[in-house]
This record gives sequence, structure tokens and C-alpha cells, in this order.
Amino acid sequence: MMAPFYKYGLFGDEVSLILAALIGVGFGFFLEQAGFGSSKKLVAQFYLTDMAVFKVMFSAIVTAMLGLFYLSWAGLLDFSLVYVSPTFFWPDLVGGLVLGAGFIVGGFCPGTSVVGTATGRLDGLAFMGGVFGGIFVYGELYPWLADFANSTAMGRVTIDSWLGVSKGLVVFAVVVLAVLGFWGASAVERMMARREVEAGT
Amino acid sequence: MNPYLAGVGLGLVLLLAYVLVGRGLGASGAFSAVVAVIVNAVAPAHAQSNEFYRGYLENGFGSPFKSFLVFEVLGVAVGGFLSGALSGRLKRTVERGPRMSAPGRIVLAILGGALMGFGAKLARGCTSGQGLSGGAVLDLGSWTFMIMVFAAGYAGAYFLRREWR
Repeated sequence: MMAPFYKYGLFGDEVSLILAALIGVGFGFFLEQAGFGSSKKLVAQFYLTDMAVFKVMFSAIVTAMLGLFYLSWAGLLDFSLVYVSPTFFWPDLVGGLVLGAGFIVGGFCPGTSVVGTATGRLDGLAFMGGVFGGIFVYGELYPWLADFANSTAMGRVTIDSWLGVSKGLVVFAVVVLAVLGFWGASAVERMMARREVEAGT
Repeated sequence: MNPYLAGVGLGLVLLLAYVLVGRGLGASGAFSAVVAVIVNAVAPAHAQSNEFYRGYLENGFGSPFKSFLVFEVLGVAVGGFLSGALSGRLKRTVERGPRMSAPGRIVLAILGGALMGFGAKLARGCTSGQGLSGGAVLDLGSWTFMIMVFAAGYAGAYFLRREWR
């Protein structure tokens, strides 16, 4: 039996939708458990007082990355059937900047705004409304944006294939960087906590 | 919950999505499906002539709402609510810094959401689809995207300190 199961026809479309909802429940549950229903908790990342966004995001990435790596190494998963979003270099870069600006102004991202709304945060609900508006504006401007949005298309490209090195090497480097990042993030948090005590706030 | 524990939990959910259906998590795509359906209901000819809307209208199994991301995001709302209820964190409030008014915060939330929606479409994904899911498969575009998200967040933090601090 090989993964991804859906791609190997182990179950059909209807079942995939039920699984989507169940996967969503797990996703929402852990986002809320991380404290990400709260916009103040999320933006604390950018004021260096609470680096939970970095810690949660990178421990999630490392967990899933190692799982995918070892499953395909063991021959249980065909990585070529796993969806990797095609890279469009400049649109990805500029989109990231606009999205990051939206993050610090609005205090959520789309997924966390759903969790915020579900737990009563009215700023989360307002944010969701804004996301609909932003997508509508993008859609209306699409005829003019399409040339840029489809530029610098690089197809399915992963960091290892781009660098021409083995996947194992990149996986190892990401784990090392994540561990160093976790250590650094906690050090910064302690420094900021000391500073706030000294400032008497 | 300890952030690393929550992160490993999220990572296992993400891994499960890849193993079961061969794709990661996402959120902004569900928002796009709703926008495309509304535009199509109000102005069908206009929506059909636009490649962006058409992409979402042709998505799903027979209906744009019968799609993976729409079902997943409905699940996110349920999972978030359950977790908040279990941990006693359900609270009707407008989160903001001590110097910020509630109406002002709402206006900024809408504005930030709009930037987020626009940016997510340009980058073909948000922090879930590009960030988490693309990050785990070592997608080059996703890592470029993620570095830019953090860069813009830090660059903007000083200017928005009255909203949050």
C-alpha cells in the first residue's frame, strides 16, 4: 500500500471531502491550542516578546518534512505524487511582502482569522471580511495583473533540486537551522522580558 | 499548550494530509471559492470572462464548494471552536493594544485582511498553503515567500506599535 492513498485510488472524491473536514478539525484545534486565535499573540512575534509563531511554524514544518522524507525513503510514499506548488519567483516574493504587511496591520492570517472568529474574536471576523475584499480586488484587477502573476515561472522546484544537492542534506540543514532558531528565539524572549522589567512596564 | 507540542501536532496533521490525499493544508483558497461564486451569481458573464474566477468556479467535484479546501476550512472553524471551548478561551472581544480603540482596530483588521487576501492570491497561497505546506516539501517559492512575510512583518512593526503595544 503506497501513499498518497487518494492518488492511488484507495478512496474516492466523496471520502476525500470527509477527510478534508476532519483534517481541518485537527488543523483548527492545534492552531487554537497554540494560542493563534489571538491576534495579540500572533503579532507578539514581530515585537519579539513571544516567538510562538516561529516556534510553532517551524516545529510543524520540521515534523511534516521529516515524516515525508522518511516515508519516501522507506518506499511507502511516492513524493512525485505529492503536490508541490509551482514556483513563480517574483510573484511569490512580492506576494509574501504584501501578505506580511497584512499580517502586522490586521493581526491574523486567513487560517488563524477563522479560528479567532470561531472563538469570539470580532477582529478576526472583520479580518475575514477584509480577506474577501482583497481577493475580490485581486480578481477584478486580474486582467492587468496576469502578466506579472505568471512571470518567472519555474515549475515544480524544491530547494534541493534548485541547489543540485541531495534532499537529505537540505532536510538536515533545515533541522539544524530550526534548532538554532528555537534557541535564539527563546534567548530573545528572555532578553525582552528582562528589558520590560527594567523599564517597569 | 507548549508551542513545540502544538507545532508537532500541526505537523502531524499536515503529514496526514499529505499521506492521505497528497496535498497540504490551505485556507485562502476557500475564501477565493466564495468570492468567485458570489461574483458569478451577480455577474455571470463577467466572472466567466475572467481566468482567475473561472479557475475557482471549475474547481471542486461538480460545485466550487465541494472542494477540498472549503471542507477543510469548515473543519478549521469547528476544530478551533472545540479547542477554545475545552480550554475556556471562548471570549467575545476585540483584541488590541492598550492605546487602541475598538473601532480603530476593526478598521485596521479589515485593511490588513484585504492586504492579506491580495498578497495571498499573488503568491498563490497564504501562511498555510505556501508557508506550512510548501515549507515542509522544501518548495523554493514557499521559502522565498516565508522569508518575505517575516521581513515585512518586522519592517511594519514599528509603524503599527500604537495598534498593539
